[in-house]
Amino acid sequence: MQMNKPLLRVEGLKKYFPIRKGLIGKTVGHVKAIDNVSFHVNEGETLGIVGESGCGKSTTGRTIMQLLEPTEGVVEFQGKDLTKLSANEIRAVRRDIQMVFQDPYASLNPRHTIGKILEEPLIVHGGGSAKDRRKKVVEFLRIVGLSEYHAKRYPHQFSGGQRQRIGIARALMTNPKLIIADEPVSALDVSIQAQVLNLMQDLQKEFNLTYIFIAHDLGVVRHISDRVAVMYLGKIVEITESEELYANPLHPYTQALLSAVPVPDPNYKKEQIIIEGDMPSPANPPSGCAFHTRCPFKMDVCTKITPVLAEEKTGHSVACHLYTAEGNDDIERKKQLEGSV
Amino acid sequence: MNERKKLLEVNDLQTTFFTDSGEIPAVDHVDFYVREGEVLGIVGESGCGKSVTSLSIMQLVPSPPGKITGGEILFEGQDLLKKTEKEMREIRGNDVAMIFQEPMTSLNPLFTIGNQMSEAISLHQKKWSKKQIKERAIEMLKLVGLPRSEEIMKEYPHQLSGGMRQRVMIAMALVCDPKVLIADEPTTALDVTIQAQILKLMRDLNERMNTAILLITHDLGVVAETCERVVVMYAGQVIEEAPTEEIFENPCHPYTRGLIQSVPDMRDKKDRLYSIPGNVPKPGSIDKGCRFAARCESAFSRCWIETPELYRNSENHQTRCFLYDEQEGVTNANEQTTVKS
Repeated sequence: MQMNKPLLRVEGLKKYFPIRKGLIGKTVGHVKAIDNVSFHVNEGETLGIVGESGCGKSTTGRTIMQLLEPTEGVVEFQGKDLTKLSANEIRAVRRDIQMVFQDPYASLNPRHTIGKILEEPLIVHGGGSAKDRRKKVVEFLRIVGLSEYHAKRYPHQFSGGQRQRIGIARALMTNPKLIIADEPVSALDVSIQAQVLNLMQDLQKEFNLTYIFIAHDLGVVRHISDRVAVMYLGKIVEITESEELYANPLHPYTQALLSAVPVPDPNYKKEQIIIEGDMPSPANPPSGCAFHTRCPFKMDVCTKITPVLAEEKTGHSVACHLYTAEGNDDIERKKQLEGSV
Repeated sequence: MNERKKLLEVNDLQTTFFTDSGEIPAVDHVDFYVREGEVLGIVGESGCGKSVTSLSIMQLVPSPPGKITGGEILFEGQDLLKKTEKEMREIRGNDVAMIFQEPMTSLNPLFTIGNQMSEAISLHQKKWSKKQIKERAIEMLKLVGLPRSEEIMKEYPHQLSGGMRQRVMIAMALVCDPKVLIADEPTTALDVTIQAQILKLMRDLNERMNTAILLITHDLGVVAETCERVVVMYAGQVIEEAPTEEIFENPCHPYTRGLIQSVPDMRDKKDRLYSIPGNVPKPGSIDKGCRFAARCESAFSRCWIETPELYRNSENHQTRCFLYDEQEGVTNANEQTTVKS
């Protein structure tokens, strides 16, 4: 798994949505959906992106795919900057980057048969004769655990889990290198969710796929990811190997997030950190560190200076003043430390 | 603990939906009870009948097509199914209250929070003055931990976040000190950090006000953290019932075992998740044998022919599986436990 060749490199990615008001639609402000996000994905690995609703994790996926035009930043896939390509060139690149969506009910055209849905990517990207295409459809139906006769059916004739299998098959049709899966299992029941997760892992091994797995369920992300990025209000607050993140979370938000997940074991005693309040609006983010309004370790400096994502130890980066020079110089912090001694 | 009185008893409840494509028994001979001050969880996947059960207790099943076709629902010894609509209206809110999954759709967007809270109070406390009603409303909002409750009284639902709306719903449900609170997936639409806040609130209220809670959920983690006793439902039937610790330490029904194993555990990473093969059957599609037989790893010939009852394997543990029928002998059950370990 440890092939340290980045397949995708994202740097300083920003996506601002304008807020328009009035008759002439004057721009009165911006929703900073993603604000200066940088990370890389190595070939053959799974990068999980977690966060609560509104943190910008889905926007990140769509901006990489160039379904949304980024405001600023670089998305480098196999050495090419996707933000600089023309529409035609991007279409060619999308053969290598495919997406699996959350809602298997909304992402399949209800008027098309499964055969047609699966054939479509091959037609768009020029995938051989009609006979070859049909052969490939049947092959991929089998790969995701469905049968040949399913090709003649319509999406409404399938259950949620089966539809998600079709969504995955469609993403695989063009032999992509990278699959961006946006909440692929969150609409499914637990027993079906496990089936789909196992399928995705098997496919990764078989086709040497690289995944960006976007989800809000920390258990699911831990299960499937090699590395995990935690997002809060449009920024990555922590990124590291999945084992390390769950064993040793550094950012107070990650700590709170991990402790908030209900564990299916009544005898498991954990220290629960319940953070107060809600996530602030991305249209009007707090000054300094975006998390300071809810952070139990808030210092003076947190309200003024935005902490940057920096490597705290090898392969473990965090954006928090508890680990910065400014934070160490903070008077409140010094008092807290003295108090604890 | 076990000496507490049974407050709510559901005996042999049957709720059927009469549709164009035939009769669908959504709730099929369901029995359970809630003791005073107890938190009982009902778990199951979508379509297992857990929500219809709760709506049946409140007699809010949409009719037509739904109808309660048999059984009894005893609240403090009185059968709710024999009450008139007028008497039922007295019971709802005063004795049994309910909160729903979608805090967005359960509040009227056209009225202020204060307006809606006052309406709920005045319906049940007809002699109170306006001032008394307002004071009570503010007191309840404070009780559920809403800051600046006096201002919130003047606000509309869209001005509140999901977590705050759910708190308002809980406050509204508790205005008349009900003895039982039915919570149907109260945290499913919320983010984990907000879910942790709401679950803590519900636990606190249960302790402080001694309100019994019937918590309906699909999340085994939520059950483990909140409930004292659990009822597991599958395809319209209760398939297992036991205290929470017992269910997680010694799950007996193959479905319960599969369900617990399918949840990705945040604490340690497995290479592969266990998954239950197949899909949840459509309600009413199986009329013979055990409803889980087609997906069950330990199914034997009898499972396809006879319908299992709830067998008692210890004083407070019941399982709907032939492995625990004394006729089958203990050998089978023992074999099963070795397979599991």
